[in-house]
Amino acid sequence: MYPKSFEYISPTNIDDVISLLDKYKEDAKLISGGHSLIPLMKLRLVSPQIIVDLNNVSGYDNIALNQDILSIGSRVTHHEIEISNLLKEKCYMIPEAAALIGDPQVRNVGTIGGALAQADPAGDWGSVMLSLNAEFAVKGKNGDRSIKSIDFFKDYYETDLTYDEILTEININAPDKSQGGAYLKLERKIGDFATVGIAVQLSVKKNHIDNIGIGLTAVSNTPIKAIKSEEFLLNKQITDENILETANITAQNSDPNDDIRGSAEYKKAMVKEFTIRAIKLAIKRCKRD
Amino acid sequence: MAVSSLFGAKVKRVEDPKLITGQGIYVDDITLPGMLYMTVLRSPYAHAKINSIDLSSALKNPNVVMCVTGKELKNEVNYLQVGWDASSANPPSKVPKRYPLESDKVRYVGDGVAALVATDKYTAKDVLESISVDYTPLSVVTKPKQAIAKDAPILHEELGSNETWNIKMQFGDFTKSFNNSDVIIKEKLINQRLIPSAMETRGVVASYNLGTKQLTLWSSTQIPHQLKKYLSFTLRISENKIRVIAPEVGGGFGSKLNFYPEEALACYLSMKTGKPVKWIEERRENMTNTIHGRDYEIDVEAGFKKDGTIQGVKCKVFCNVGAYYMHFTALLPHLTALMIPGCYKLPSLDYDCHVVLTNIISTDAYRGAGRPESIYIIERIMDLAALELDMDPVDIRLKNFPQSDEFPFTTTVGLAYDSGDYSNALNEVLKLVDYSTFRNKQKELRKQNKYIGIGFSSYTEICGWGPSAGIEATYPKTNAVLGKWEYGAVRFDPSGKVTVETGSSPHGQGNETTWAQLVAHELGVSIDDIVVLHGDTDAVPYGVATYASRSATLGGVAVYNACQKIREKAKLIVAKQFEARHEDIVFDQGKFSVKGLSEKFMSITDVAKSAFVADNLPENVEPGLSETSFYDPSNFTFPFGAIAIIVEVDILTGEIKILDYSSIDDCGNVINPMIVDGQLHGGAAQGIAQAQFEEAKYDDNGQLITSSFMNYYIPTAFELPNYRLSRTITPSPVNPLGVKGVGEAATIGSPPAFVNAVIDALKPFGIKNLDMPLKPETVWNAINNSKK
Amino acid sequence: MSNKILTPKKNHNIKLKINGINYEKEVDSRLLLVHFIRETIGLTGTHVGCDTTNCGACTIILNGKSVKSCTMFAVQANNKEITTIEGLSKDDKLHPIQEAFWEEHGLQCGFCTPGFIMQTYNFLKENPKPTEKDIRLGISGNLCRCTGYQNIVKSISSASKKLDK
Repeated sequence: MYPKSFEYISPTNIDDVISLLDKYKEDAKLISGGHSLIPLMKLRLVSPQIIVDLNNVSGYDNIALNQDILSIGSRVTHHEIEISNLLKEKCYMIPEAAALIGDPQVRNVGTIGGALAQADPAGDWGSVMLSLNAEFAVKGKNGDRSIKSIDFFKDYYETDLTYDEILTEININAPDKSQGGAYLKLERKIGDFATVGIAVQLSVKKNHIDNIGIGLTAVSNTPIKAIKSEEFLLNKQITDENILETANITAQNSDPNDDIRGSAEYKKAMVKEFTIRAIKLAIKRCKRD
Repeated sequence: MAVSSLFGAKVKRVEDPKLITGQGIYVDDITLPGMLYMTVLRSPYAHAKINSIDLSSALKNPNVVMCVTGKELKNEVNYLQVGWDASSANPPSKVPKRYPLESDKVRYVGDGVAALVATDKYTAKDVLESISVDYTPLSVVTKPKQAIAKDAPILHEELGSNETWNIKMQFGDFTKSFNNSDVIIKEKLINQRLIPSAMETRGVVASYNLGTKQLTLWSSTQIPHQLKKYLSFTLRISENKIRVIAPEVGGGFGSKLNFYPEEALACYLSMKTGKPVKWIEERRENMTNTIHGRDYEIDVEAGFKKDGTIQGVKCKVFCNVGAYYMHFTALLPHLTALMIPGCYKLPSLDYDCHVVLTNIISTDAYRGAGRPESIYIIERIMDLAALELDMDPVDIRLKNFPQSDEFPFTTTVGLAYDSGDYSNALNEVLKLVDYSTFRNKQKELRKQNKYIGIGFSSYTEICGWGPSAGIEATYPKTNAVLGKWEYGAVRFDPSGKVTVETGSSPHGQGNETTWAQLVAHELGVSIDDIVVLHGDTDAVPYGVATYASRSATLGGVAVYNACQKIREKAKLIVAKQFEARHEDIVFDQGKFSVKGLSEKFMSITDVAKSAFVADNLPENVEPGLSETSFYDPSNFTFPFGAIAIIVEVDILTGEIKILDYSSIDDCGNVINPMIVDGQLHGGAAQGIAQAQFEEAKYDDNGQLITSSFMNYYIPTAFELPNYRLSRTITPSPVNPLGVKGVGEAATIGSPPAFVNAVIDALKPFGIKNLDMPLKPETVWNAINNSKK
Repeated sequence: MSNKILTPKKNHNIKLKINGINYEKEVDSRLLLVHFIRETIGLTGTHVGCDTTNCGACTIILNGKSVKSCTMFAVQANNKEITTIEGLSKDDKLHPIQEAFWEEHGLQCGFCTPGFIMQTYNFLKENPKPTEKDIRLGISGNLCRCTGYQNIVKSISSASKKLDK
């Protein structure tokens, strides 16, 4: 309940944030919502010497649609995403997932950028972004770059970000009207981390799957993209057998742990079941041709 | 008993204005000048010898005022007494003693080895990490059968064994019952370990005055008066130099009816330093060190005739009681046996219970305290038998109930249930849920591969703890430090306002409101003119405590009895005033008058004023108007009811949704129905939580895995249903209020109803038993295994 | 790029408004906002019930949003506006939410109650006409061990009608 001592600074300029992170490297941690880091600090599981606070840097807090690119600023809170009419209209899966993160108070403070950078394999945003083939805009001492979501997650709590880099924006090709998506999360109780979570985004053309992205939560050391499943289902006809086979492949390629939320065997079976449900729901949500 | 406008009325609670505005004072809200902060250094090992403790780094810190270890303490303080040690039982229980700090060895992860006080909280927390302790780890046992196996490490070497008590009780003749039976049900039942998790953790502020040598302890406790006695013994100071105050207490559920090491430690350090000492438990600390509940493994056999008549029950039980005996640790395994008959005419009971120590925190009273275990056993047996005999679970229950004219009904264990009507309760709940419609709907849905189920529980339980002489006569001598009565007082002041003292120590139960209603009803005083004092041993000189549903049944009755004494004295005073005989004075609607001459009257306020002015009092009547009562009941009371839970099971994931919770609960007469319903809601929530969500898990090294709310699943509003409550009222003949107690009833009755409902839903799969908590994976596994 | 020296510090001077009153205090970086409110300012109505951001007993309103004050540092509240439970009633007059909790028996031991009331305050601002399901979701960040939640839900429903008048 009582963190160890540390030093704190809250710059107003993003370049100052970057130079501080570059200066202090592994001794410093960046906080945005702080709802991943501060709980760890209170239990003394993590005790950084320096905390750099992003919250007095203005900007990076908008949700916008610019020429078919949906952009979500990294400092946007889960709650702002949950209530965003733009996202509900353009990509329903995103606010759907936001509503399932933590609880109302946590959603008021936690940010999508902070959650993605935390790279908790049981975090909900990773699988959603992987299913959408999102790209992350990043700013560091060497300037700006963009990281594809598939290249972003490296290991438990490890991303491709260097010490000095900050995630600034999440960019997604705005799904067209023919697409539908669903995020389903199996949890022991509301607000828990996922036992398993599935994000599916797809489009349908002439009763075939025209486009498909599948992301998985809590079944590996990072959020994962179910590439083999996507490859299987792409261009296939929508039948129960094809959906079932996709679900089988997804389960086979997931690698969950035995833990308090369930055995690996159960989780794999749930990956299969929820893949079926998510695909069917996503299909239902497509505005078909 | 005539029902006045206030007895039985929904009255807004007088406790609430301060609580809803954030003005309630809980123990962590108390700050005293010069206050020091205490932390406790706890063992990281579940079982280890303490070789040495190096306090030097802590003592070097200028903000650290004092440190103490178990070795130093042993010369100055006594061990921690318990409320029930069963050392006079036959056969006697061994009693594993506990000290405020251990000196030779530690016996569970969290066992305290040193304590320190510092001038600020942060120093106290930071410095703990710098203290080094040399331990020799020993092997660890976390389960009873493991702890009694050959070569198991012994926790308390002087006891020679980890099994402290083998409770063997036989009522009736089970062998004969067994031979009379047409079917024998055999099953293994688990009543899993739970963490009480009151929203406020424990905490104390101890303040010793070096000049007056008086000790004051604020503690988040349910037992302020008992703490006085315990502190007196442990700290070796006289009881009349001790004041204990329970401020606002944020929930207890039994976990705060105890004498904990930190209470003694904070007092000791305050006595040594002459400064106030505060200690507030962190949540992880609470989950590891505050007592747990339940943790029984039961092998049960039950015999039935073909027509469903129960013949006998045999239980072999292993109780995993943890590392030490605490307040009621030893009572519960014994108490469980006495309520296994439940609502039924059970001819025989054979109970063989092994009370075993292990390297985890002790178990003790947690809402229901031994009786959820009893009702779980019998209510699961009823459904198992119904399944075996292809009988409706309602019919098998109706078959075995005593009828309402058979009360007081003495069960096979010798307890006389005061009053009851179990058939009526069950039949009423069937109406509430529209039972026949449900069964038709269930049949239809099964055709669509959808599975709903209904589960019943008929419960009764033992409340109003208890008749002091009766308990000592029936049970082994308890070596208790206090009887089981309760204290109440009603005091008028010269202006006619009332102060009520109660030995009950409420922490959410609304006694201030309920006792005010009682006094207003009995004496015609306005509720606004009544203040109810509790929890402070200076303001309320005597008391026992709040637990075992003894508030209305004992505390309320004591207040009621004090009111009757007030009325009697008032009549004497009025008689003198009106120059009448005291036998001719009547009291009606708040007015004392001569029988037949009601236009001339005195209100109780008039009488109070007159009593203090004292210019016209009868001979031999002292001035003042205040009376006390110590109420020791003649018997326990036995609330009862019937609960029906309807669930839907997703057979692909194992997830369970509660579609309906309905109950008929009979707690005798009801003083404040709003408060009674609140107790039933909260009780049901904890019962459902046991059945569906909660489980305290340890690894093989004795580390508590479920050590936070992140993985110890307390349900939110989203997980829990609405509770459709209805009532029958069968007054208790045991006390003049006719009340039976209700605080624990729903926690006792609901878990088997939930499990029965899920088993009923899964009947087509041939699943007979599932262990709590019914996690989705547990259900999913059972379904998949059944297909094979 | 700025030329100023950027030095992280252990101690900070913060200015903020709590329940309409301005404060200026020195705080250590590691001081949690809930401890600042309770101990530095002395407003003890906000409670600590856990150490893993689950129970919600520490819920306050910060710049118009309900937050768990145990999971923020006091220094992060610099230049912000906070309302705690003590700031809800005005001149001895209870807020309709407080009235509703009292009338509907939405509390027993009272420890979780300030957190529920503050969360309700935020929730009803965003959901003035909630269904029962909305309410149960809306308070899913708060734990109660006493009431079984039914009367809390009733209290919030009643409060929504009072506020609607």
